Amino acid sequence: MDRVIELGPQFLEATIETIVLVAVGVTVGGLLGLIVGTGLYVTRKGGLLSNGVVNLLLNIVVNVFRPIPFILLAVGLQPFVRQVFGVGIGNVAAAVVIVFAAAFGIARIVEQNLVSVPPGVLEAARAMGASRTRVIFTVLLPEAFGPLILGYTFAFVAIVDMTAIVGTIGAGGLGNLALQYGYRQFNPWVTWSAILIVIVIVQLGQFAGNAGARKVLRR
Amino acid sequence: MALIELRDVAKTYPPRRRGGDPVLAVDGVTLDVNEGEILGVVGYSGAGKSTLARLINALEPVTRGTVTVAGQELTRLSEGELQKVRRGIGMIFQQFNLFHSRTVWGNIAYPLKVAGVPTSQHQARISELLHFVGLADKAHNYPEQLSGGQKQRVGIARALAASPKILLADEATSALDPETTQDVVDLLRRVNRELGVTIVVITHEMEVVKNLAHRVVVMENGTVVESGSTFDVFAEPGHQVTRRFVRTVVDDVPSESVVAELRRRHPGRLVTVAFREGSVSQAEVFGELISRGVGFQLVYGGIEEVQGRTFGNLTIELTGDRVDEALRALSERVAVREVI
Ligand SMILES: Nc1ncnc2c1ncn2[C@@H]1O[C@H](COP(=O)(O)OP(=O)(O)O)[C@@H](O)[C@H]1O
Ligand SMILES: [Mg+2]
Repeated sequence: MDRVIELGPQFLEATIETIVLVAVGVTVGGLLGLIVGTGLYVTRKGGLLSNGVVNLLLNIVVNVFRPIPFILLAVGLQPFVRQVFGVGIGNVAAAVVIVFAAAFGIARIVEQNLVSVPPGVLEAARAMGASRTRVIFTVLLPEAFGPLILGYTFAFVAIVDMTAIVGTIGAGGLGNLALQYGYRQFNPWVTWSAILIVIVIVQLGQFAGNAGARKVLRR
Repeated sequence: MALIELRDVAKTYPPRRRGGDPVLAVDGVTLDVNEGEILGVVGYSGAGKSTLARLINALEPVTRGTVTVAGQELTRLSEGELQKVRRGIGMIFQQFNLFHSRTVWGNIAYPLKVAGVPTSQHQARISELLHFVGLADKAHNYPEQLSGGQKQRVGIARALAASPKILLADEATSALDPETTQDVVDLLRRVNRELGVTIVVITHEMEVVKNLAHRVVVMENGTVVESGSTFDVFAEPGHQVTRRFVRTVVDDVPSESVVAELRRRHPGRLVTVAFREGSVSQAEVFGELISRGVGFQLVYGGIEEVQGRTFGNLTIELTGDRVDEALRALSERVAVREVI
């Protein structure tokens, strides 16, 4: 217990690192996922921008990368991350792999949520003379907004999970702290303090997501 | 020139499954919709009615033939030009297809934004439309807070927002109960009369056609099998499909099972006489029979009103020596069919 208080500054730093990594994953990964997911949906047969080739390519890319266990993706991507970003380890590298993994996971979630929008609503907008891209941005995405918030909340929890693993590639964060000062130094107080903070972060995110979805869905 | 002209229009969809046959949804349709009229398009599910509507507003390109709307041949237009044409054609749907993320107000504002109407004019236009459809107090409600009839009223207001000359109604009353259907039919009639909007009413409900349409086309397997004024189509349906449709609301010709029952009770000659307002009167027909001493009894039939004119079929049992002679005389003046 004394050790936990002693490690106060480290806890603070790790918490901030985790929050930043999660925030980057949710926003940057979320945006990329939104783009890829929307692409997957609109290029389907009979879709607004139906295009078999693009749809096939997107599906192949998503299907190749999404099922890879995150820990393997994190270490596997290291050479490429080093090539492009100069460093292969640390918080920046961790952010890159989190964004990468989150984007593909979220892409499928977005695609599934967009399917729930009745095609007739899109047809109605097209019948009013709206262009296809206009329909995507002003009808398709707004109509799916409620389910999308829930989907992103789900993804948020998965991303928190990722931030606990990136300690392996030299990143900080609560996961790393728990392993380094808790697990390896046989101090469960430290481990469980870190876990507690993670629980709080997840609960806050979950609560915000549910509240947002309830507001948008008006129920 | 008609407002909408279809010339030998066909639409083939690619096969549903790999290796399947392409779907010939519309197969050589030629028809005109005149400015200011209400045209009913009738047919069973799969007849190609919705596809026909989607060809008129170019949501689908034709496979063959030409569609001309207000003098513009759609096949010659770019996507941008087609979007302008669509702004002049409103559309309403069976499932209403309202935007659930927007209020009633937001739904009606959407086509105004698409058509580039300045925001300063939205307020006036939207309240005008809400008053027209009788939903002035619902402006800030969301679609799920409305009844089916109210939703369709919003659909109509939204379709009319950009002041289109044409309204396509695809099964617009099929999800509504009979009473609400009548309200929507009355509203559509006002849209036609007061706003001068030309309406294409797609439906399988003959009651709607009877109360609303000036002219009717009947579709089967992608083709038009019958067309004519609503009165003519109801009074004398020519095609078998039309007869089945007409019978759903006008039941004045005995069906086979009814004939068997009539036969059992009425041993005399049974004939069905078709009456139409403006043609031979009942008095004249019965006069012919009486003058020859032919006995008669009404055994089945009805008189209907369509578009303010009446018609009907009466099945009569005839008895006496001079029945043949009387029938010959009658056939020269009215449509008489022997019931066999
Ligand atoms: N997008 C489509 N792709 C393939 N076939 C279609 C499509 N839309 C309609 N069809 C087929 O075309 C035929 C006519 O359909 P439709 O125009 O919807 O008829 P209706 O509105 O009279 O019920 C049906 O056989 C239907 O299955
Ligand atoms: Mg249909």
